[in-house]
Amino acid sequence: MTTVTEAPPLAPTPVEEPRRPRRRGRLVPYWLLLPGILWLLVFFALPMVYQASTSVQTGSLEEGYKVTWHFATYWDALSEYWPQFLRSVLYAGVATVLCLLLGYPLAYLIAFRAGRWRNVILVLVIAPFFTSFLIRTLAWKTILADGGPVVGALSSLHVLDVTSWLGITAGERVLATPLAVVCGLTYNFLPFMILPLYTSLERIDGRLHEAAGDLYAKPFTTFRKVTFPLSMPGVVSGTLLTFIPASGDYVNADLLGSTDTRMVGNVIQTQFLRILDYPTAAALSFILMAAILVMVTLYIRKSGTEDLV
Amino acid sequence: MQQYEPDSLPPAQLAAMRRSMRNGRAALTRRSLLRASTGGALAVGGLGVLSGCGIPPASKTQGVSSQDHSAKENEINFSNWTEYMDVDESEKHHPTLDAFTKRTGIKVKYTEDINDNVEFFGKIKPQLAAGQDTGRDLICVTDWLAARLIRFGWVQKLDPSNLPHAYANLSSQFRSPDWDPGRAYSYPWTGISTVIAFNKKALDGEKVSSVSDMLDNPKLKGRVGFLSEMRDSIGMTMLDMGKDPGKFTDDDFDATVARLQKAVDKGQIRRFTGNDYTSDLTKGDLAACLAWAGDVVQLKADNPDVDFVIPDSGYLTSTDNLLVPNKARHKTNAERLIDYYYEPGPAAQLAAYINYVCPVDGVRAELAKIDEDAANNPLIIPDKAMAAKSNAFRSLTPKEETAYEEKFAKLTGA
Repeated sequence: MTTVTEAPPLAPTPVEEPRRPRRRGRLVPYWLLLPGILWLLVFFALPMVYQASTSVQTGSLEEGYKVTWHFATYWDALSEYWPQFLRSVLYAGVATVLCLLLGYPLAYLIAFRAGRWRNVILVLVIAPFFTSFLIRTLAWKTILADGGPVVGALSSLHVLDVTSWLGITAGERVLATPLAVVCGLTYNFLPFMILPLYTSLERIDGRLHEAAGDLYAKPFTTFRKVTFPLSMPGVVSGTLLTFIPASGDYVNADLLGSTDTRMVGNVIQTQFLRILDYPTAAALSFILMAAILVMVTLYIRKSGTEDLV
Repeated sequence: MQQYEPDSLPPAQLAAMRRSMRNGRAALTRRSLLRASTGGALAVGGLGVLSGCGIPPASKTQGVSSQDHSAKENEINFSNWTEYMDVDESEKHHPTLDAFTKRTGIKVKYTEDINDNVEFFGKIKPQLAAGQDTGRDLICVTDWLAARLIRFGWVQKLDPSNLPHAYANLSSQFRSPDWDPGRAYSYPWTGISTVIAFNKKALDGEKVSSVSDMLDNPKLKGRVGFLSEMRDSIGMTMLDMGKDPGKFTDDDFDATVARLQKAVDKGQIRRFTGNDYTSDLTKGDLAACLAWAGDVVQLKADNPDVDFVIPDSGYLTSTDNLLVPNKARHKTNAERLIDYYYEPGPAAQLAAYINYVCPVDGVRAELAKIDEDAANNPLIIPDKAMAAKSNAFRSLTPKEETAYEEKFAKLTGA
């Protein structure tokens, strides 16, 4: 006879008791996320789906629009409006570089040299946001007016001759030229460059600079080998925050530009509101989005930064 | 970039922390976010979902029945353009509206929420397309948009028995536009004349009296403005070329666009503007431009350098029209308000304030009592010579509208 000795059963009961409160605790983060997820679904995902659908529809307002999987709209839109696309990327790119050139020294100054003026300067950087985007852009029409002091000075210094030859201004004026649009873009998006730059510069330990000095690095070498590499997250997020909205902007091109400075944002606006060609407008939006996504991905990969600010 | 690492941690914990930053959920970097969002967008936008969408034809919403609550509710919601109504000194009250309320007991909720025809259309389209109430009993839109709303069946037929003054006093010039013969659906709020405005100082001795002068004078290069409203810019140029904007063909349209394109290419035209031409003109950045006469009357009062000219070839007149949208709750009240503004008294009060063409006959005497100059201004009350030069842009079929707007958009840089 063999006796089978049963293994004593594992007691499952004691686990049950402490688990219940823990499970409830595990759900808390999801409940907290719920409003944000709902927001994303309703105001981001749904409109995206709707736009994606619109872009492959055909029809007219009279007859209604039906999904016909007409992907040719994308190709037509791109072949028709590629100059505006190219121009958007170019203007936004130039404005971003200008923002970086103007913003970096200022952010550096605020972070390391401003002392007790730091908060004052920071407020000054943010202050323009207290007025509307439109008003700020319109102000540039007064600043750059044909008979105004800026154009007068540039003209008597013969700067306008050079810019005219380069094709970025026309004759004795700056308004209604590419230069005016790029100026407007640079001005309007400058704070988006300065603030992330400032945050990442401000985090750098001052002792690192001393250490670099102790190792016989000249100030420029210190900047090149220590400060700048450490500020890369700020540079990357600053350029992204400037470039992405600038490439989709249409207000600056509309108010400060002319017929030869229209950007892709202007085309989308015209298609949506004036021509009522919703599929083309939706297709253009998607092409713009895809183009920006590709450029940003390449850029981040190239710049090799994983975390931003 | 190096992650911040507290140096008080033992090595094992430090390694665990590094690992979690690199691989775990905490490694929420911009790149992973991008990756996630693209993946998410593609997954959500699954093709099956896309085909479920679509926009029903506009005509389907025709014949929605609207109920009139005017008998029970003494109110009306009136949407109009900004600065299109008389105000008193405090700028809070509208004397003509107050008088209307006093006489009829109907409370007017007056909203200035129309800035732009195309935008306003975008705003009310979803409700009207779905056959729902827009919350507005009376709207004021320019004739081409009025024509579109009538074509779609999105506005209600007016009851002539509620409009005795309007019927009797409507100026003959505006009685039968081709898009609403006999004014079954709409009545003009004001007439708008498109003329050529100029800044004497900026012209510096040059003469501008026609669209040709604007397009061809090399001394005005880069200082000439046209309007971003297709009908105004094309119509005025057509008149200049001896074509009739009231009946033109596709070829006429193309020829006109080509003429303007030439001027754009050589940099003659500075910009195609909306209402913002007014500041450019007063500053002198624009030496000459197409302009709406009502604006010019006001600009001239502020700046003596600004003046206008009516070309010999004629000028373009359009109208802003009052319409009652489908499902509006207070149609009868709206009709009473329209009729009220066709009585000479209120019409004169309004005309004296807003300086646009008054569409009401028999106003001159009333207006002279308020403002002698305005009564004699042909831009407000057109005399015979002025009325003879007036032209209207013909209404367009939906196909034409799309094609023409597209060509015009290309001309303006798309």
